[in-house]
Amino acid sequence: MPHETPKRASANRVARARIASIAELDFEHVGRRPGLFRGTITSIRELWSQRELIWLLARREVKSRYRDSSLGMAWSLFRPLAQLAVYYFAIGQVLGVARSIPNFAVFVFVGLTGWTLHSEIVSNSTKSMIVNSGLVKKVYVPREVFPLAGVGAALFGLLVQLVVLVIAFSLLRDFPPVGGLGYAVVSIALIVVFATALGLLLSALNVYLRDVEHIVEVMLIVLFWGSPIVYSFSFVHDTLNGGLLEQLYLSNPVTLAILGLQQGLWAGSVDSTVSFAPANLSTMLAIALAASLLLLWIAQRVFARLQGNFAQEL
Amino acid sequence: MARQQTQIIRLNSVSKRFVVHHDKSLKDRIVGFRQSRRHRQDFWALNDVSLDIEAGTTVGLIGHNGSGKSTLLKTIGGIIRPTSGDVWRRGRLAALLELGAGFHADLSGRDNVYLNASILGLSRKETSARFDEMVEFSGIEEFIDTPVKFYSSGMYVRLAFAVAVHVDPDILLVDEVLAVGDEPFQKKCLDRIEHFQHEGRTIVLVSHSADQVGRMCERVVVLNNGELSFDGAPAEGLGVLRRQYEEGRVRAGVEGERGVPSGPMAIRQVRSHVKESRGVVSVTVEVDVRMRETRPGWGVTLSLDTTLGMRLFEMDTLGLGVSLPLAKGDHTIEITFPEASLGPGVYLVNAALEARDGRTFDRLLGAATVEIPHRGVGRGVLHLEPRVSFDGKGLR
Repeated sequence: MPHETPKRASANRVARARIASIAELDFEHVGRRPGLFRGTITSIRELWSQRELIWLLARREVKSRYRDSSLGMAWSLFRPLAQLAVYYFAIGQVLGVARSIPNFAVFVFVGLTGWTLHSEIVSNSTKSMIVNSGLVKKVYVPREVFPLAGVGAALFGLLVQLVVLVIAFSLLRDFPPVGGLGYAVVSIALIVVFATALGLLLSALNVYLRDVEHIVEVMLIVLFWGSPIVYSFSFVHDTLNGGLLEQLYLSNPVTLAILGLQQGLWAGSVDSTVSFAPANLSTMLAIALAASLLLLWIAQRVFARLQGNFAQEL
Repeated sequence: MARQQTQIIRLNSVSKRFVVHHDKSLKDRIVGFRQSRRHRQDFWALNDVSLDIEAGTTVGLIGHNGSGKSTLLKTIGGIIRPTSGDVWRRGRLAALLELGAGFHADLSGRDNVYLNASILGLSRKETSARFDEMVEFSGIEEFIDTPVKFYSSGMYVRLAFAVAVHVDPDILLVDEVLAVGDEPFQKKCLDRIEHFQHEGRTIVLVSHSADQVGRMCERVVVLNNGELSFDGAPAEGLGVLRRQYEEGRVRAGVEGERGVPSGPMAIRQVRSHVKESRGVVSVTVEVDVRMRETRPGWGVTLSLDTTLGMRLFEMDTLGLGVSLPLAKGDHTIEITFPEASLGPGVYLVNAALEARDGRTFDRLLGAATVEIPHRGVGRGVLHLEPRVSFDGKGLR
């Protein structure tokens, strides 16, 4: 029987009330290996309760990126615009691609918007565990919040680019048909889901093997050319003639999403006789989205298994 | 008196194995694929630790460096998943393993408060409600909108601590972070912790400061190489820890021949007796010494510490000019303090054998404890007999 010391608080009422309220609670099993399905529900519930934190972390990432620069947020506009200018002149005018693609500037910008979203999500979240290692080692929060905050920061970039796009449309007085907007929404959703799944997996792997983030950087540069961003799908179709390689080309969800974005936001897709997208694009988008959701679930489960050792591996 | 005990943390034979990879990069792994086992080294940071913690108590985790106490704390916090065993917990938890974990240098103090509070589990609304209180506690009102990278290190930890103590946890895990800021702020922190204790919050604390543990904890858990080696009252726990330190030092052979069994002499045992008669306490310490060879000019050094590690008294027989036996064999040296002016409580006796030239042959820290009974008036480590008078008239 522990002896009563002045330090023991049981004498006072506030303390007794608190202890009594704790007696009502159920014990939770800390750090248990999660089951496949029950664990999913727990994870979703945990992440939902941390939505404010995800938002704050995403804001921190965006804010700190442009902090102390005198132009601030304006910088987030310059990168896509510079990219646009380079591709427009180098590939469009010098190499002459623009001749076969109407409204080439918008075409490139739409593709770039999709690609930037994808690459930002993947690279932000891959690095997120290392960047936040101080937190991972010292505080328990569901670790998914860090890659998800990276996704949030990338979505901010998307917002900026969409604003630019809208401004461009109004300057050109050339709005895309409203009917195509559904394509754009599904395509963005596809990119977000697919890239988040990749980001979750890669961020967990990066903890164990630091080379992952460098591999990812290189792969993103290479894969940029694997989607019809600065060239059109019709080039691919003409070269591959709908063979197996073309099917392979089209099995990349990012490619499909970019085709969807062009379909939705780029007016050239409507009034042209050339096929800028495969015929059954909407079906393919739906399948890709379903597959990406499955991938996201698997990625989260893998992440949940691996994250138990994050604190010691970092 | 059967008291209802409400457990808040339960550890059921928790073990944690750490695997240290010496190859972190892809190249190392591919090149060294076959020898990858050789590049691994594992050790048990926690070994079969079972522990129940009652709600409303303050428990100190102590142990030497690398004994596993921080790992244990992180396991309770869910930051580290145990290799085997179970951790059960209930109630809201805040872990103060590092002050300002998650502070971002480029953000203002205000933004960091919100972020940090969110990490510790407060909602935006709750944070807003407590914001002013937090800032006031930290005492850096004027700089709250300045990026924290311009803060002095003191301001930084003060803000971090202010956030941490204003979340409303049922369990607070604290790792060596209480010694922050200047003295008034430290006092403020400790007062706050005390307030927490009064509110029935459970505190699990890792500390190297015996003083802090002794003052704040009602229970101490000593870890040694990942194993639980003591669980009980702080005074005894600190005694156990000091003996472990000493063993470690002897094993490491830090001070040459001391502790070497083949040395010329060794302490076999130290005993203490306390006698009280009519309010006067006398303490006798007996030191059993084995002389392996004849040696002149040696003495016994005896010191008395509080359980918190404060040295109260130190003496050696050489200074007294007493000559001790020279012959080979076992001897008992008896040292008596006829009128020990010690306050009630438990004290630790340390004994050492030293040569006139200052060499130490053997030393035993925390070799015995002395328990002084309560007598007369007053509290504290000193026992004084006060006389009171007023207007020049002697009373009492």
